[in-house]
Amino acid sequence: MPVVMDADRMARTFARIAHEIVERNRGIEELALVGIRTRGVPMARRLALALGRIDGHEVPTGTLDITLYRDDLMRHAVGPQPLVRRTEIPFSIDDKRILLVDDVLYTGRTIRAALDALIDFGRPKLIQLIVLIDRGHRELPIKADYVGKNLPTSLSQSVQVHLTEIDGRDEVEIRES
Amino acid sequence: MKRLLKGGRVIDPANGRDAHVDVLIDGDRISRVGRDIPVEAGTRVVEIPAGLIVCPGLIDMHVHLREPGQEHKETVASGCAAAVAGGFTAVACMPNTVPVNDNAGVTEYVLKKAAEANLARVYPIGAVSRGQLGEQLADIAELRHAGCVAVSDDGHPVATALLMRRALEYAGMFKMVVIDHCEDQTLKGDGVANEGFAATTLGLRGIPGEAESIMAHRDVALAELTGGVVHIAHLSARQSLDAVRYGKARGARVTCEVTPHHFVLTDDMLISPRPYDTHVKMNPPLRDEIDRMAILAGIVDGTVDAIATDHAPHHYDEKDVEFDRAPFGITGLETAVSLSLDRLVHSGAITLLRLIELMAPGPARILGVPGGSLSEGAPADVTILAPDLRVTVSASTMRSKSKNTPFDGWQLRGGVAATVVAGRVVYVNDAAGLQM
Amino acid sequence: MKKDLLGIADLTRAEIYLILDTAEAMREIGQRPIKKVPTLRGKTVVNLFYEPSTRTRTSFEIAEKRLSADTLNIAVATSSVLKGETLVDTAMNIEAMAPDMIVLRHASSGACHLLARICKSRIINAGDGMHEHPTQALLDAFTIREHKKRIEGLKVTVVGDLLHSRVLRSNVLLLTKLGADVWLCGPPTMVPSGIERLGVRVSTSVDEAVADADVIMMLRIQQERMHGAFFPSVREYFTVFGMTAERVKRARPDVIIMHPGPMNRGVEIASDVADGPCSVILEQVANGVAVRMAVLYLLAGGVEDEEAA
Repeated sequence: MPVVMDADRMARTFARIAHEIVERNRGIEELALVGIRTRGVPMARRLALALGRIDGHEVPTGTLDITLYRDDLMRHAVGPQPLVRRTEIPFSIDDKRILLVDDVLYTGRTIRAALDALIDFGRPKLIQLIVLIDRGHRELPIKADYVGKNLPTSLSQSVQVHLTEIDGRDEVEIRES
Repeated sequence: MKRLLKGGRVIDPANGRDAHVDVLIDGDRISRVGRDIPVEAGTRVVEIPAGLIVCPGLIDMHVHLREPGQEHKETVASGCAAAVAGGFTAVACMPNTVPVNDNAGVTEYVLKKAAEANLARVYPIGAVSRGQLGEQLADIAELRHAGCVAVSDDGHPVATALLMRRALEYAGMFKMVVIDHCEDQTLKGDGVANEGFAATTLGLRGIPGEAESIMAHRDVALAELTGGVVHIAHLSARQSLDAVRYGKARGARVTCEVTPHHFVLTDDMLISPRPYDTHVKMNPPLRDEIDRMAILAGIVDGTVDAIATDHAPHHYDEKDVEFDRAPFGITGLETAVSLSLDRLVHSGAITLLRLIELMAPGPARILGVPGGSLSEGAPADVTILAPDLRVTVSASTMRSKSKNTPFDGWQLRGGVAATVVAGRVVYVNDAAGLQM
Repeated sequence: MKKDLLGIADLTRAEIYLILDTAEAMREIGQRPIKKVPTLRGKTVVNLFYEPSTRTRTSFEIAEKRLSADTLNIAVATSSVLKGETLVDTAMNIEAMAPDMIVLRHASSGACHLLARICKSRIINAGDGMHEHPTQALLDAFTIREHKKRIEGLKVTVVGDLLHSRVLRSNVLLLTKLGADVWLCGPPTMVPSGIERLGVRVSTSVDEAVADADVIMMLRIQQERMHGAFFPSVREYFTVFGMTAERVKRARPDVIIMHPGPMNRGVEIASDVADGPCSVILEQVANGVAVRMAVLYLLAGGVEDEEAA
């Protein structure tokens, strides 16, 4: 199972993205991070820390569970419903620059669901997308604003992002399904 | 027309007989019973295959034929067809028809329908009280004269101790038994199932066994007081058996019957396989395993005098409702013999002789009707049983108009091979391999 | 999960916890400015209520709407029943219009089982006769877990009309499944036969039953029961079994007082207890929506074994 990003590389990637965010948004005043469950959440926290170190201010961070917005629920599925977990966005998103954070960008459907969810929470000034890995094969017109690494893959492969907070190590690997 | 039933095992409890002998039927009477009866010209000879049993025609002393008034559930004709298919040569039918059989008119109507059907004999049971309302006595002498063999308010208990006393005294004049559906209405309330764990689990209002036994005790005391004859219908609770034992020990003239569903099933069946199955709803309800075991013990020790089905047909529309609203009752004519053979004889609890006693001479004696034996000169009512026949109960092929049975699909060992009433073969089971 | 929610009896421990955990997530939706998610969009849910109910029906309706389902309320007033239409016929007529789910409340125990046999729609039991009221027990468990962080090992005392209560049966099944120590208390005339077999303790002394209780759950007493000779009078009932502040003192200091509603103040519960600091009665109502959203969501998915359903 080839490792395409190790812990070191990941740390530098997060640092680089944090700087890009500050540059592009000319400061962090109106920023807020929203991590998409599951692995988008620790990513968002790390970015919040990194941004805080650069700028000195704390960036509010929220957690978004998009299960209830998925477009593939109840389509003649056989089997139990996917598990729903708590969404916690403890701040108003009105007029904020929301940075949506996810680990892998693939078909784009998860992001579509996340956008639908966010709109129900308020009216942000803008939404930007941060992903660690973009593996291509988009099915919707979605693109990321900040990409950790572009990784061309075939449909038979799967990309696994491991984060210490959840998996005990920092690593991205590709698997053949 | 002569018919010789040759070489079968004949079990005739009234004559203490269990032997391989021949039975000669001449017209509508049993003419001879013995070994190697010589065959005269013109006699139809029926070789009884090994394994089959020749016994006196079975009598079901508790059925509901629903005619007049509820012909959508059953008619006298369909009920008699069901009876003979179930091995019964005679049935006694309860008076809770519409109108109630409390007068000669209804009695004669039922008898006429039975004659037209020309299958099983029908012995009407008349009402104890006018309209079965529990207030005034019905015209019992008229009912007797018209052909009723007993009286009952079945469907309801005989409402008051006073009325029961009077009925016992009055019907006693004609040596008629009073059959009581024992049930204290205040304890029963709006109960729909046995008061016990199953009802608690399912949230159903319960009927304690004492609702039945309290009245059984009452009836025993009144039988003693009056010298009359009381028969406890469809006994279901172990406490009621105690009442009957007590009465018999003191010499009171009390008898009792049990239904096959009460010695086979318990209230666990309300929960599984089909929760709230209305085909498991009857009155008195299925009770606890202790009660079932007590009934088996009563069958073995002689406290129980008869097996009767309480055949209670209901149209499927009526049963396909919420449990609370469904009428009480299940059919029984076409499952009684198989259930009894499988669960009483093959289980080792009783002998074939004892079973036949409970289903032929027992009921005949209680009702005071001819039959129940294969004595020479007796009516030629004969049932031929196939105790080893494998039977699968199939509601859809039953002859009863109604299919409300909980036994659909049951595999049982034992069935009916043929039924003869007044010398006529009225039913033959093709699966039993008998050429009548 | 199975196709229907007919009772707690059919739920495993794992399924109960799944519902409670999902309800956690669902609760947050009620705190948003836009209290809606698109999950059941285009699904039709029929609320078929044969018994009047404001609380339960409203709760289900809000839950359904928050999930974007199309809801249809049928309050079967006496008219249908008067016209003699059977439950089976009513159900088959509704089924012909292909709803996705039917929420049924009915006066007869087992009515939901009857419906589940004939309808392909998912059936949710909102209370059948004296049998079960599973969503009530689930929201009760949710409320308890909120305050006590667990169910296992808690002493839960239920006081009231044990015989006629479907809320009782569901709660007993759920609490014993999750390992609580359940005590029941009520007049001996109202103790269901054999209830100890469900793994509960029965006492006719409120003082004994509530001693060191973590949770006290009160059941409603219908005043009409006086006429069935279940107890002599409301006054006497309150004296012997009513939950008063004095009695509450015998429980643990952090006890919570619950009631499925509607309350009869001064009959089963004193006003100062109902309105006091230990009471979580209003929270139960609020939690009802989240729990029902969880049930609707979990039942709306595919069925594990379509064949067996």
